[in-house]
Amino acid sequence: MRERLLEAKGVAKHFGGVKALCDVSLSIQQGEIYGLIGPNGAGKTTFFNVLTGLYHPDGGELIFAGERLEASAPHKVAQRGIARTFQNIRLFANMSAMENVMVGRHVRTHAGVIGAVLHNRATCAEEAAIRARAEALLHYVGVADRANELAKNLSYGDQRRLEIARALATDPKLLALDEPAAGMNGTETAQLRVLIEGIRKDGVTVLLIEHDVKLVMGLCDRVAVLDYGAKICEDVPGVVQKDPRVIEAYLGGAVA
Amino acid sequence: MYADAAFFSLALMDIFIQQIINGLVLGSIYALVALGYTMVYGIMGLINFAHGEVVMIGAMVALAVIRMLLDSGLPGIVIVLIGLAAAVLACMAVGFTIERVAYRPLRHAPRLAPLITAIGVSIVLQNLAMLVWGRNYHAFPPILPSSEHEVLGATITSIQIAIILIAALMMLGLMLLIHRTRLGRAMRATAENPSIAQLMGVDINRIISLTFIIGSALAAVAGLMVSANYSIAHYYMGFTLGLKAFTAAVLGGIGNIAGAMLGGILLGLIESLGAGYIGDLTGGYFGSNYQDVFAFFVLIGVLVFRPSGLIGEKVSERA
Amino acid sequence: MSLIENLRHSRRAAIVATLLLGVLLAVLPFLVGSGLGNSWLRILDFALIYIMLALGLNIVVGFAGLLDLGYIAFYAVGAYLYALLASPHFGLHLPVWLIIPAGAALSGLFGVLLGAPTLRLRGDYLAIVTLGFGEIVRIFLNNLNAPVNITNGPQGISGIDPLRLGAVSLAKPIDLLGLTIPSLHAYYYLFLGLALLIVFITIRLENSRIGRAWVAIREDEIAAKACGINTRNIKLLAFAMGASFGGVAGGLFAGFQAFVSPESFSLMESVMVLCMVVLGGMGNIPGVILGGVLLTILPEVFRHSAGPVQQALFGRVLLDPEALRMLLFGLALIVVMLYRPAGIWPSTTRRREFKGDASARATA
Repeated sequence: MRERLLEAKGVAKHFGGVKALCDVSLSIQQGEIYGLIGPNGAGKTTFFNVLTGLYHPDGGELIFAGERLEASAPHKVAQRGIARTFQNIRLFANMSAMENVMVGRHVRTHAGVIGAVLHNRATCAEEAAIRARAEALLHYVGVADRANELAKNLSYGDQRRLEIARALATDPKLLALDEPAAGMNGTETAQLRVLIEGIRKDGVTVLLIEHDVKLVMGLCDRVAVLDYGAKICEDVPGVVQKDPRVIEAYLGGAVA
Repeated sequence: MYADAAFFSLALMDIFIQQIINGLVLGSIYALVALGYTMVYGIMGLINFAHGEVVMIGAMVALAVIRMLLDSGLPGIVIVLIGLAAAVLACMAVGFTIERVAYRPLRHAPRLAPLITAIGVSIVLQNLAMLVWGRNYHAFPPILPSSEHEVLGATITSIQIAIILIAALMMLGLMLLIHRTRLGRAMRATAENPSIAQLMGVDINRIISLTFIIGSALAAVAGLMVSANYSIAHYYMGFTLGLKAFTAAVLGGIGNIAGAMLGGILLGLIESLGAGYIGDLTGGYFGSNYQDVFAFFVLIGVLVFRPSGLIGEKVSERA
Repeated sequence: MSLIENLRHSRRAAIVATLLLGVLLAVLPFLVGSGLGNSWLRILDFALIYIMLALGLNIVVGFAGLLDLGYIAFYAVGAYLYALLASPHFGLHLPVWLIIPAGAALSGLFGVLLGAPTLRLRGDYLAIVTLGFGEIVRIFLNNLNAPVNITNGPQGISGIDPLRLGAVSLAKPIDLLGLTIPSLHAYYYLFLGLALLIVFITIRLENSRIGRAWVAIREDEIAAKACGINTRNIKLLAFAMGASFGGVAGGLFAGFQAFVSPESFSLMESVMVLCMVVLGGMGNIPGVILGGVLLTILPEVFRHSAGPVQQALFGRVLLDPEALRMLLFGLALIVVMLYRPAGIWPSTTRRREFKGDASARATA
C-alpha cells in the first residue's frame, strides 16, 4: 500500500452564496497519476486554488506528506513541495523561456542581495547550478531550442510545456496540472502523455485536471469526479466511466 | 467649572453646525468632480489624472468671461450664467480633446503609459493656464447676491445654498441619465464589458467621448462653484482639489456613480469637521494647516483596508 | 543589430569603447568647466545625483514594476537627516561617513514603512497611494516647526556642512599632488564614483536571483508566488533598496547644496525622476542613465535660452520661461508615450514587449 501523499478532508469554499466546494474529501497516493474531472464550473480549479494557498478554505483540512497544510501563502505551499500550472497559462511573458524556468528554482535557492552584489563563490556556484538545471528541464520538456525566446512569443503548445518545466524546477513532490492538454491536437496530446508518464517515473506524483476523456482514462490511475462542488465518485477510470451519477452529471439526465 | 464646560460644549456645538454646513458645501463640490473620475474609471479603468486641471480651467474661463462682462450692465446672475456656459463649453472641448489625443491611442498599452500621459496632460493644462492667466490669484467679483442666513446658530450664505442645491440637481440629472435613458444604458454596458457592448451595437468610442464630455461639464460647474465659494481662482487650484475628489470617488467605490456622490459628501464632512476640531483634539500640536493630510490619510486608509470603497463591489482575481 | 549588441559581440570593441568612455568621464568636468562655465559644471554634478535617484527608482518601477509616485520622499529623508546632523540647526556636526550610511538606512526603513501598506495594491492605485505618502512627507516637513522646531518649516535648513572626505572639505579647492582641484570638480569625481558604484550594484542585482524574482513579480505576481517567491518580502526589499539609494542621493544633495527646504521635494520632483526612468527606457540601465542626463540637462538648456531667444525674436520676454519649460515638458511626456512608449532607449526585451502590444492593438 503506497503512502498517502495528499489527503483532503471535507474541504469547503464558498463565494458569497455560491458553494464552490462542498465537503470534498479525497486522497492521492505517492507515485499516482490522479485525475480530477467534472463539468465546467464543478469546482476543480477552485480546489487547486485552495490546495495551493490562493484561496483560504472555509472548512475542512488538507494534509500533505503527513503534515497539515496551513491555509497559508502560496509560496509556502511551493516550499512544502506542491507545484502547479494554470488553466490560462501564467508565464512570465517578457522573460525568456530559460529565465522562466530559472525563476522556478527560486524556492530551492538562497542567494540574497549581498551575494548578488558580491558574486561570492557560493552565489556563483548557485547561479551556475540554476542555469544548468534550467537547461536540463528545457530539454526534458522539449523546448530547449527556444530557450532564449520571450515566453509570450512561443507557440501555445510550447508555452504549456514551458509552464510544466517551470513547475518542475521547484522540485515538487506533487505536480498539479490544470488542463495541460487544453487546445492541443492529437499529436501534442500524445506527447504530453509521454511527458507526464515520464514525470511520474522520475518520482513526482501528478494531480491532473482535464477534460480530454481519452487522456484521463488512459493516463490516470484513479479519478475523482466533482459536480457542483461536491465529489460524486472516486475510483479507477474504468469504474468511474460507467457510474450513473457521473454520466448524469455530464449529460444532465439518466441515460436509458 | 460647570459653566466653563457648558460654554465649551456650546462653542463646540456652534463649530459643529458650521462645519457641517461647510462640509456639505465642500462635499457637493467634491461629489461633482468625483463623478468625472468615477465615470472615466468605470468605463476605461483609467485614472484621469488631468481631471482636476479641467476643473481649474472651468474656473479660470468662467472668471475671465465674468470679468469681461462686468461693465456690460447685465445683472450679476446673468453674467455668472454666461460665464458658466462658457466654462462648460470650454471644459467639454478640453475633455474631448484629452481623450482623443492622449488616451485613445493608448487604450491597449500597458498601464504605465496612459498614467504618464495623464500626468503630461495635467502639466500642460496647468502651465497653459499659467501662461494665459498669470501666476496671480484671481478674485471672484462680488456680483452675486450674497445674503447670510442663520441656521441653528451657524451661518450659511445664499451662494452656499445655491451650490448645494445645484449640485444636488446635477447629480439627480446624472442619475436619471444613467438609469433612465438609452444613452445611460449604453454607458453602463460599456462599463461592464466593452467588447460585448460593441457586439451589441454600441459605438464605444462615442460613449467614451461622451463620458469625458459629461464629466468635464460637471467639472466646469464645480470649478465655478469653487471660485464663487472661496472668491478666488488660481492656476494651481486643480491639483489638490483633483486629488481629494479622487479620494472621494475611491471612498465611495470607484466606478460607482452613487458611490462618488456619497464619497464626495462624506469626504467634505470629514475634512471640515477634522479641520475644525483638530486643534482642540491634539492640544494645539497639529493645526488646520494639516487639513490636506486628512484626505490623503483617508485615501490610503480606504485603499489599504477597503479598496472596494463603501458601496463598491469586491473584485477578486480568478487564477 | 543595435550598437550595444554589436559591442557585446566583439570583446575588443567593447574594451576600447569602455576605455574611451572612461577617459571622457575623467576629463569631462574640465571640458565643461572651461568650455561652458561653472554653472554648467554644477548642473553636471546635479545630473549625477539625479542619475543615482533614477537608478534607485528603476529598481522599484523598472525591475519590480511597482509604480511609485512618491519616491522623492526618500530623497527628502536622506537630505533632511544630513541637514539635521551636520548644520548649525541643532549644532551637530557629525562626519559624512556616518551620516550618509545612516541616511541610507533610515530611508530604507521608510521604504519598508511606506511600502508595507501598498503590497496588495496594483497599478494606478499603488501610484496614487505612493503619491499620497510623498505629499504627506512633504506636508510634515513643511509644518514640523511648531510647537517643536524640527525641520524649520518652509524656510528650510541652511548652512549645512559641506561634504568632507576626512579632513578635506570639498567646498574649497583641494591640493592634490601639486594640482589644485576646484570644488565643483572634486564633487564631480565623488559623485561619479558613487554613481558608478550604484550602477555596478544595480547591474549585479539585475542578473541575480533577486532581480529575476522582481521581474517575475512584475510580470505575474500569482505565478511568482507559485514559484515560491515570498512576494511580500521581495517587494519590500525593492522598496527598501530603491529608497536607500534615494537616501544616499539625498545626503549628497544636502551637503552639496548646503541648503534644504520642502520645496525641493514636491510631487513634480517625483514625477521628474519617474520620467527619467520611464522615458529613458524602463528597466534598462543605460536608458535610465540617459533619461537622467537628458531630463537634468535639457531643462537647463531651455532655461538658459528661453529668455534670450524670445528677446531676440520678439524684443521682449513674452512668455514666462518657467511655465514654458514645464509646458514643453508636459508635451514631451505625451509625445514620448504616444510614439515611443518603451522609452528612448529601452532594453531589447522591453522593445519586443511593446512591439507585441502594438500588434495586439492592430488586431484589436
